[in-house]
Amino acid sequence: MDLYRKNRELDFLRIEAEELCVDYNGTVALYDASLKLKEGCICGLVGMNGAGKTTFFKALMGFVRPSMGKILINGRSVADAQRDQAVAYVPQNEGIDCSFPVSVWDVVMMGRYGAMNFLRVPRESDKRAVVDALERVELLDLRKRPIGALSGGQRKRAFLARAIAQRASVLLLDEPFSGVDIRTEKLMSELFLQLRRDGRSILISTHDLSHVREFCDVVVLINKTVLAYGNTSEVFTSENLSMTFGGMTPDPISGSISSED
Amino acid sequence: MLSSFISFDPLSLLIDPLSHDFMRRALMISSCVGAICGLLSCYMTLKGWALMGDAVSHAVMPGVVVAYALGLPFSLGAFVFGVGSVALIGYVKQKSRIKEDTVIGLVFTGFFALGLVLVSKIKSNIDLMHILFGSPLGISDSDVRQTLLICLIVVAVLITFRRDFMLYCFDPTHARSIGINTGVLHYLLLSILSLAAVAGLQTVGIILVVAMLITPGATAYLLTDRFDRMTILAVISSVISSLLGVYISYWLDIETGGSIVLVQTTLFLLAFLFAPRYGILKINNSAIT
Repeated sequence: MDLYRKNRELDFLRIEAEELCVDYNGTVALYDASLKLKEGCICGLVGMNGAGKTTFFKALMGFVRPSMGKILINGRSVADAQRDQAVAYVPQNEGIDCSFPVSVWDVVMMGRYGAMNFLRVPRESDKRAVVDALERVELLDLRKRPIGALSGGQRKRAFLARAIAQRASVLLLDEPFSGVDIRTEKLMSELFLQLRRDGRSILISTHDLSHVREFCDVVVLINKTVLAYGNTSEVFTSENLSMTFGGMTPDPISGSISSED
Repeated sequence: MLSSFISFDPLSLLIDPLSHDFMRRALMISSCVGAICGLLSCYMTLKGWALMGDAVSHAVMPGVVVAYALGLPFSLGAFVFGVGSVALIGYVKQKSRIKEDTVIGLVFTGFFALGLVLVSKIKSNIDLMHILFGSPLGISDSDVRQTLLICLIVVAVLITFRRDFMLYCFDPTHARSIGINTGVLHYLLLSILSLAAVAGLQTVGIILVVAMLITPGATAYLLTDRFDRMTILAVISSVISSLLGVYISYWLDIETGGSIVLVQTTLFLLAFLFAPRYGILKINNSAIT
């Protein structure tokens, strides 16, 4: 916490990615992608399926090694930033075994592991962080439920709570709105604005443009590379969007994309 | 033996065998091995490593033979071959298009066959039957010491890293994202598995070790939705099976390894039928969390 209050005085860059290239066994997934994300800023990562959004996240998390380019998070290498608990990542599909014998509380507590000692014994501060995170996503009442007994939307909130409990300064959220109902969507949007007020930076990937207008300060349009990057109002032009979505014309008002056929 | 069995005095039935040194030793070593295998079995079942457990336990065979032949501690040889088999499985899987379960089956049978050939060729005082089927009633002093040391190491590592291993089994992506080195955890867990397989070999033998490494975990998994409770239940059921198995083998004069595993299987069947929430008879739907 103190670290980023100190950093606040500068115009501090949370994420700095320069000319990233990622390929999987020769197939290029992402090339020449650069991104700068300031503190206290929500950035939308917009692109079609297969445009490289998830690859971008994986590169930022160090899960895939870029063949070129460099990444700094809070001015440090990805591995250092992870050790400092500076980045939290919520993948699109958690890919977990839902019959695993852990409760919602246990799952959210896992967000605190990195900050705990070697034996991962929770301190009072860890418990407070978990309670706070559970309150924010309105799951405190369900904290004793096994994770497998939650609905899809509740599970998404539980994993979001884990990222919040981590108290990371950078949150990477891959398609947080996919498969959630309107109520959860609203709760999440408010939560993101709250987190921004706390000075955290959030990178959200989405293919739903209405969310981007609602709360993204900056937006990155990608299709294998960064097509456009800047303030939402400047970047969100119909040419840019049509370029991003491969010729399909998005409705500039509702944000939904109407396909020609 | 028969006289104590027909005396119908339950106390003497339990206490009389303790007058034999070999029984005290067998009970002590079996319960220690049962405890560590029970603890480890939780991770094996949750991670889906049953086949891996089978593979490692078979692959240690040539290591045991070579170590005995060279006069080294058997656990050292077993450990080298156990970890070696795992590394080989990982390598073949990565470098070829063959699916993992095929690679596992291929590698462990190869190692096991090598072990069998070595036993037949290297003339030593190794009893093949002891390796294959265990012999807690005839365990030597040096084997007792080695097995106890292994148990200590396994318990120490599993308790120190219990949260990390749990997180690694549940969500390795998150573990990586908070800066935990999951590669180290992966190989640490496999090393512990190799050690536990060597310890289990002493009581139930190579063929049945995999039962020690999965059945208690599976039983406990049917009884609870809490990880901590699952580990406790697995250890309890595993220790009870080991003790009861040794006693039953003494009372009825039957094979000890088979007896231990049969008790484990019976406990699993009881859980399968009568577990409060997940048993097929669902006696009480509302109980326990």
